[in-house]
Amino acid sequence: MATALLDRRLVFVTGKGGVGKTSIAAAIGQLAASRGKRTLLCEVDAKGDLAGAFETGPTEFREREIAPGLWAMSMSTEASLKEYLSLQLKLPLLSRIGPLARTFDFVANAAPGVKEILTVGKLAYEVRERHYDLVVVDAPASGHIVGQLAAPQAIQNLVQVGKVRDQTGWMLDILSDPAQTGVVIVATPEEMPVNETLDLSVRLAEETSVDLAAVVVNRVLPELFTRGEEAVFKGLRSPDGAAALGAALGTPVEPLLDGAELAVKMRRTRAEHLGDLRAGLPAGVELLYVPELFQRTHGVRATGQIAESLGAELGY
Amino acid sequence: MAAKRRNTSESSLEQLLAAKEIIICCGSGGVGKTTTAAAAAAMAAAHLGGKVLVITVDPAKRLANALGLERFGNVETQVPPSLFTDAGVEPRGELWAAMLDTKQSWDELVRSHAPDAATRDAILANPLYENITGRFVQSHDYIAMERLYEIHASGRYDLIVVDTPPTRNAIDFLEAPERMADFFSSRLLRWLTVPARSRVFTMASKPFYTVADRILGSQFLQDIAEFFLLFQTMYDGFVERARAVTRTLSDARTAFVVVSTLEASPAREADYFIEALRERKFALGAVVLNKVLPGWFRDREATRAAKQLCSDAAPLSEAVATAAPDVGEPAQLARVLGEVGESFLNFQVVAKREAEQRSELAAQADVVAIVPYADHDITDLAGLLELGESLWR
Repeated sequence: MATALLDRRLVFVTGKGGVGKTSIAAAIGQLAASRGKRTLLCEVDAKGDLAGAFETGPTEFREREIAPGLWAMSMSTEASLKEYLSLQLKLPLLSRIGPLARTFDFVANAAPGVKEILTVGKLAYEVRERHYDLVVVDAPASGHIVGQLAAPQAIQNLVQVGKVRDQTGWMLDILSDPAQTGVVIVATPEEMPVNETLDLSVRLAEETSVDLAAVVVNRVLPELFTRGEEAVFKGLRSPDGAAALGAALGTPVEPLLDGAELAVKMRRTRAEHLGDLRAGLPAGVELLYVPELFQRTHGVRATGQIAESLGAELGY
Repeated sequence: MAAKRRNTSESSLEQLLAAKEIIICCGSGGVGKTTTAAAAAAMAAAHLGGKVLVITVDPAKRLANALGLERFGNVETQVPPSLFTDAGVEPRGELWAAMLDTKQSWDELVRSHAPDAATRDAILANPLYENITGRFVQSHDYIAMERLYEIHASGRYDLIVVDTPPTRNAIDFLEAPERMADFFSSRLLRWLTVPARSRVFTMASKPFYTVADRILGSQFLQDIAEFFLLFQTMYDGFVERARAVTRTLSDARTAFVVVSTLEASPAREADYFIEALRERKFALGAVVLNKVLPGWFRDREATRAAKQLCSDAAPLSEAVATAAPDVGEPAQLARVLGEVGESFLNFQVVAKREAEQRSELAAQADVVAIVPYADHDITDLAGLLELGESLWR
């Protein structure tokens, strides 16, 4: 039996761009906090979307309590490096060494994996030190997450000795333990997001040791009609039906009927992609459904509604 | 179909594609960038003629199939002309397609710039090389621009339409060539490559090595140094190339097309991107707005009727059932009417939000193409051309 999503310690939320990754990460964080877990939400891409999900000011590297039991931060590899240096090497006052930090940022760019490990390292550190019950990461999109999660292993292979190599050991222990760490892929029931989700689930298994905890299907459209009702709707679309409805309402009814038709077709196309998703995922991966929100798609109100849906899906 | 917004000038995407040699489609993920690029290229090949190439990054299998290709490769492949005829269009030109394979493109770049066979082999076999080209995110952005430059300079095509890679920040790839040039001419690189020559510490580099050694380990530093030392042999070629790529981006023959949907965050990203283009004096050729809901969702009469459907479903269903008894029995009919009304109002909220977003984005460019929401996926060239029609004029 897999560890329940909220009982893990470190959850990476990823997905194709545009599927609502940040909203889902924010909602998972809010749900966990509302269930009494000390939760840290970390935005890795630092676009400021996470702050928008809670109508709070910009987040920084130094975490801030934005709601009872819920802390938020944004990742900065430079700040992470500074913290690491002062914690591990007892090298305070980096500023005195002048352009060193900047230079180092450059090395981080040149040497593959250094930036990634500074990110993963900080997150794993928060888990190891038990500062929080749960760390939820608004992680890079599906194209970049594997590089991030595979970084400790890659570094371990590349770097034979030195501090960094020593550090990768415990990070890998945390990342590889499905009781502690999991990835949540967010998808919408559309072609590309579903394909990327399936590709990513394969790559996660092949190139990383991190467990796929769940797939969140976001923006699921409501089912308008049952099969019987669909026949009635078809009747309404016939010339007689449309004329009768038009007479009863006293207006042209094409927009109304076309609108419903569009909704039905969209739902049907999405249902096909959803079928592909279900069929393509490894057995046992939990699927959580979040409905399309028509009124508000972003902001604190939407975050609350998504958290509620996720809570219901998780059986709370 | 949604009415198209026209600016006072007569410009259209058709004109833009006729005038330019390079079209770069950009925008955030999931907005239909790849499909837009393919549709625009297909339209150009069909109606403007000449040799048109679309370079995509990660096409859906369905899109590859729509272009009659098993899969895209790094090698440019012609889309079978028969597909156009099947779609009822006699193409005036040729459509070619290629996919960007980062690793393969890097290898080719090294092959063409390495001073000799020994250096070439040493670079290709270096463990860091694979890591850098495979994982180093910016390398992806750079190689896309590099490949574009190479193909354009070859003179093989009349028009090249590029679908840009998904980047963490949309502007990353604009800066990639410059950053690559900076990187290869940086002092840091000189420091890094010092140990392999003669490890003489200068006052400036000593603290750097001290920290770097303690964190990364000297072996790793040595590996890095070796790699960059090899790479430096290609320095001149690379820097010159990166500058040329940057020049191509700002050339008068190049235009950018910003693709977005009208959802809040892609639209914000598009705004940001347009601003970035402006700052760099790159030409914004057009804004393409995808997946736009039909304008009649905002129709006042229809709205009133939808509300009535929600509130008076029962009496209305009685009236309809009396006038047209074949449609269904009243109870079921009432539920259907209620759903129709409710669904209309739901989508209307979205349509209103989009309309607001749309007028903001549309004000940014001379050419604004609106692509209506498709309730089905594109599976063949006919579908692509149909989408192209709404882009075109």
